[in-house]
Amino acid sequence: MRKPRMPSFTTVMLVVGLVFLYLPMLVLVVYSFNASRLVTVWAGFSTEWYGALFRDRQILAAVWTSLEIAFFAASMAVCLGTVAAFVMTRFGRFRGKTALSSMVTAPLVMPEVITGLSLLLLFVQMAQLTGWPADRGMATIWIAHTTFCSAYVAVVVAARLREMDRSIEEAAMDLGSPPLKTFFSITLPVISPALVAGWLLAFTLSLDDLVIASFVSGPGANTLPMVVFSSVRLGVSPKINALATLIILVVSLATLLAWYVMRRSEKRRLALIHRASDDE
Amino acid sequence: MKSLTFAARLQRLKLGRRAVIALPLVWLTLFFLLPFALVLKISLSESMVAIPPFGPLLEYADQTLHVFLNLGNYLFLLSDSLYVAAYWGSIQTAFISTLVCLLLGYPMAYAMARAPLRWQLILVLLVMLPSWTSFLIRVYAWMGILSNSGLLNNLLMSLGLIDSPLRMMNTRFAVVIGIVYAYLPFMVLPLYAHLTRLDNSLLEAAADLGSRKLNTFLKVTLPLSMGGIIAGSMLVFIPAVGEFVIPELLGGPDTLMIGKVLWEEFFLNRDWPVASALAMVMLALLLVPIVWFHRYQSRELEK
Repeated sequence: MRKPRMPSFTTVMLVVGLVFLYLPMLVLVVYSFNASRLVTVWAGFSTEWYGALFRDRQILAAVWTSLEIAFFAASMAVCLGTVAAFVMTRFGRFRGKTALSSMVTAPLVMPEVITGLSLLLLFVQMAQLTGWPADRGMATIWIAHTTFCSAYVAVVVAARLREMDRSIEEAAMDLGSPPLKTFFSITLPVISPALVAGWLLAFTLSLDDLVIASFVSGPGANTLPMVVFSSVRLGVSPKINALATLIILVVSLATLLAWYVMRRSEKRRLALIHRASDDE
Repeated sequence: MKSLTFAARLQRLKLGRRAVIALPLVWLTLFFLLPFALVLKISLSESMVAIPPFGPLLEYADQTLHVFLNLGNYLFLLSDSLYVAAYWGSIQTAFISTLVCLLLGYPMAYAMARAPLRWQLILVLLVMLPSWTSFLIRVYAWMGILSNSGLLNNLLMSLGLIDSPLRMMNTRFAVVIGIVYAYLPFMVLPLYAHLTRLDNSLLEAAADLGSRKLNTFLKVTLPLSMGGIIAGSMLVFIPAVGEFVIPELLGGPDTLMIGKVLWEEFFLNRDWPVASALAMVMLALLLVPIVWFHRYQSRELEK
């Protein structure tokens, strides 16, 4: 008979860490259904804050603005980041490589206030010199988000490119396929899961950014984090709890879906390996 | 294509190669590198009531070119103890938060890497999921928990552990909790990536040779996961030094941090040159950690 083992120290810490990560989110969800305006006193179940949230024109408009910016920023970041990753993993040595790799890793850690301020100063000077951008708004936020998101995409895609079996690409080239065609017909399909992952990461990063957007935005464009921030700095508000609950719900469902897809493809891969070894 | 000579095809390839390299290089130079030069430029100019609110560096009048390099902004930062205190406070707070993240994150990552294989993906997703929701809202969650009439105080009082509410909001404690909470996934993930790569046979060999568990950990596991420790710590420390949202929402007057000071100089005082000087000094302070992180990261990228 096996003796019941004491859970190890690291397992206990893992559970503690996960509880620490999820308890505050659970609190947000629970109190979004609170009838009282006070977030700390429970006064019965109610969904009135969800109604209030959906009647809030400002928040709804900001959600739309944020989604639009995030969609276009993520799409552009995937293009730029993939090219950057490809250049860094496949092109060997070239002039400017150190510069490129520095500019890909630095945005990952650069404090947002510095990035935001520097981009704003760029846009102001560009407007003085060339007349564009005449006023700041969605276009300038799009450029700012594309820039820092492409760094994240480059890291995700480069990891996949390094893992990829290069002999397929080399075989295609040996058979006379030009580099561009090889890239689109061989490399791109193989790394496509990383492109999806990179796009999703860029999309959430763009949706989430407050600081950089606040610097480079103009009077016209308010993103969701900007609206939430101006409400939150005045204190807790149950409407924000309702919004938080919806965000957590959407992210959880998306993660569940991603998990399901990944598990299925892993199972299929294992089955293929199994069959291959049976055939031998 | 066939009619092209070999030399012409090579020429085309070279041109194409250069164009492909240029695309990300030009974009990042224009929108990431060049802006820093402008921050430096404006940190040397004089604050003015104008749009935009700073003076020119070059002026041409009476057939002379005047170059204005105003070091006043930097001297001003040194002379006012507020700024020095804010830099010092930021570095202290970021350091403490990074340490707490590491002490909590390392055992977590270790347990994840040792978990059965079918559990690992689930655990990674569980750790990452919070960071895909909203950063702002996750910090906001702690406002309701830590405030004087908040959940934690209510809980402690109903348990009879304290008589009057503890002041937790607007303290450094709250800021550290916020940073640890927001950045923990970025510490755990690189650590996990390194610890899964750790070869189990090394640990078994150490055990077979009679090494005690703690000894094996210190001599084998820890050195081999050093890359993950550096990456995770830099991913927490560097952004935490310039953090704005967390000290703004959870901090108070005695938790001065430089990101918040910069924000206020820019948005409230509209003093762009001083804000730029603050950014340049912050960048100079963070240069060593950033280069450290870059060296580690580029080794990973080119492996």
